[in-house]
Amino acid sequence: MSAASVRETAVAPGRRGVRIGPVGLAWRPRVFWCTVTALVTVLVLGVLGVAIGSTWIAPATVVRALLGLESGPESFIVTTLRLPRVLTGALVGLTLGVAGALTQTFTRNPLGTPDIIGVTSGASVGAVAAIVLGGGTYSVSAVLLGGGIPVAATIGALIAAAVVYGLGWRGGVQSYRLVLVGIGVSATLDAVTSYLLVRAKITVATAASQWLVGSLSSTSWSSVWPLLAVAAVAVPLALVTSAALGIGQLGDEVATGVGLHVQRHRLFVIALAVVLTAAAVAAAGPVGFVAFVVPQIGLRLAGTNRPPLLLAGLLGAVLVLAADLLARSAFPWQVPVGIVTTVIGAPYLIWLLVRHRKEMTR
Amino acid sequence: MTHPGATIADAPVPTAGAAPGTDPAPPVLEARGLAVGYDRQPVLRGLDLRIERGTVTTFLGANGCGKSTLLKAFGRVLRPQSGEVLLDGAPIRKEHGRSVARKLAILPQSPVAPAGTSVLDLVMRGRNPHQSWARPWTAEDAAVAEQAIAATGLTEVAHRDVASLSGGQRQRAWIALVVAQQADTLLLDEPTTYLDLAHQLEVLRLVRRLNREQGSTVVMVLHDLSLAARYSDRLVVLHDGGVVADGAPHDVLTPEVLERAFGLHARVVADPVTGAPMVVPESDEHVTGLAGA
Repeated sequence: MSAASVRETAVAPGRRGVRIGPVGLAWRPRVFWCTVTALVTVLVLGVLGVAIGSTWIAPATVVRALLGLESGPESFIVTTLRLPRVLTGALVGLTLGVAGALTQTFTRNPLGTPDIIGVTSGASVGAVAAIVLGGGTYSVSAVLLGGGIPVAATIGALIAAAVVYGLGWRGGVQSYRLVLVGIGVSATLDAVTSYLLVRAKITVATAASQWLVGSLSSTSWSSVWPLLAVAAVAVPLALVTSAALGIGQLGDEVATGVGLHVQRHRLFVIALAVVLTAAAVAAAGPVGFVAFVVPQIGLRLAGTNRPPLLLAGLLGAVLVLAADLLARSAFPWQVPVGIVTTVIGAPYLIWLLVRHRKEMTR
Repeated sequence: MTHPGATIADAPVPTAGAAPGTDPAPPVLEARGLAVGYDRQPVLRGLDLRIERGTVTTFLGANGCGKSTLLKAFGRVLRPQSGEVLLDGAPIRKEHGRSVARKLAILPQSPVAPAGTSVLDLVMRGRNPHQSWARPWTAEDAAVAEQAIAATGLTEVAHRDVASLSGGQRQRAWIALVVAQQADTLLLDEPTTYLDLAHQLEVLRLVRRLNREQGSTVVMVLHDLSLAARYSDRLVVLHDGGVVADGAPHDVLTPEVLERAFGLHARVVADPVTGAPMVVPESDEHVTGLAGA
């Protein structure tokens, strides 16, 4: 946590009660303003992401085109070519960020990313199997990217998560058991992926490894819709379960004591995290580090005792959009976005950790 | 499923709170033929026990005798292998979690709050059973949380991180959560662990005040026999999967019971301050003699 003095002013007199319809919340200004700032950043990066490309389109034109006030070639470039990529990037970041915040909270462990439930490894096996076994050349795989690979990745993710949950079950699931089983299952699945890659022809293997890094280069509106549908359902559900998450992290006994149905809550949270992650991975491959780093950044910016869900999601969108902008514009060739998210996400987290230690020792 | 082991001793009717004669109101908590344990290995076998309203009951026994297990079964944290737990005469498992939580609060053994949780954050969680979609956070919840913090003497540190408090304050913060829950019955699992004697007394005095002033029913697990005798109406000694002694502290804390339940050779004398039974272990020569036996 951040320095005590910061928390005192942020939590004590600053906690305000609001009631919006059925949702009553005690909100904290610091979380609120971080969230607003993140949202504005997402919008700015989104517009920039559409503006920047092989031909520059002025942001004003971009906004007009988005509002349907522009016709002609700019409108086509904006809505057909560039917007799907930006939207996919933002949604991938949002879903991964929320999923990471969910799993880190319920495992009470910053290392508890959705990967530990086996989702990513399962999706990878599915996608690589579809690429390697289903295709021959890269162009065939590219066609598959339109429908085959996302479906295969989703199926792989859901099966892997179900296996981890099933093996972790012992009259209920405990998070540490789930983590251990998840690591085991993931390792096994990664071995399968490696085997598929080794057996594949070199061109196919290259296409598969490109998918494995996480990339937005082959996105279209068909990758936006399923992702948008999942996000529209699962993100609000995650926000609704926020209070229960706060109770759940006090431990099973305390949570039961104040009336939380712990096992049902846990299954619900896991299911949400799995669906969110599966949707993101199906759309863009396993974009590295977002689900791990973004909730931790949100936690430190907001000064809360667990990653704020919405902030984590928005920061995820910021990270992926910024990474994609960099990947497209700062290099002479297109770098897969997953590499850039890791390269800029990890140092930022390290910087936050170092700064935090300085605050503590001061 | 039959009970593998016979009940060692049926609980005698406790003196405090029980109306003699015709069918009284159901006890607050009742275990019937309760068998609980971990991984199919029963710790308690076919146990019957009634907890009467408005009493302070303490479970005693050697390490691993099943005191905490029994408390967890009463608090529906552990599912019984057979038998059942009744809350106000109705099966606790069939009732909705929040509805149970409005009547029954649990303080587990050494709970841990995540870093960055303030006392207020923690205590507010105690209001969860009173909240729902239709009834979100209200001014009343805030007032109750504030009172609970005041009652546990934590007003000055209400906005501090729980992790930064002293052991005694931290334990009181958790008790404040339980108090804010406004349940009539409190289950406290070793509420005095890791506390020095002064802080142990502080916690137990608070517990007794809740019992006397608000009529709370308290069921707890303690390790200190003399403190248990001093602050409880009733002691229940567990050994080998069942109850070996049950009743008022004077009747329960006898050298025979201590020998049987703890393998402890000790004298019981009157506490010079309150007159409650106080356990004094025999001199060390006796112990060496005992070890050979």
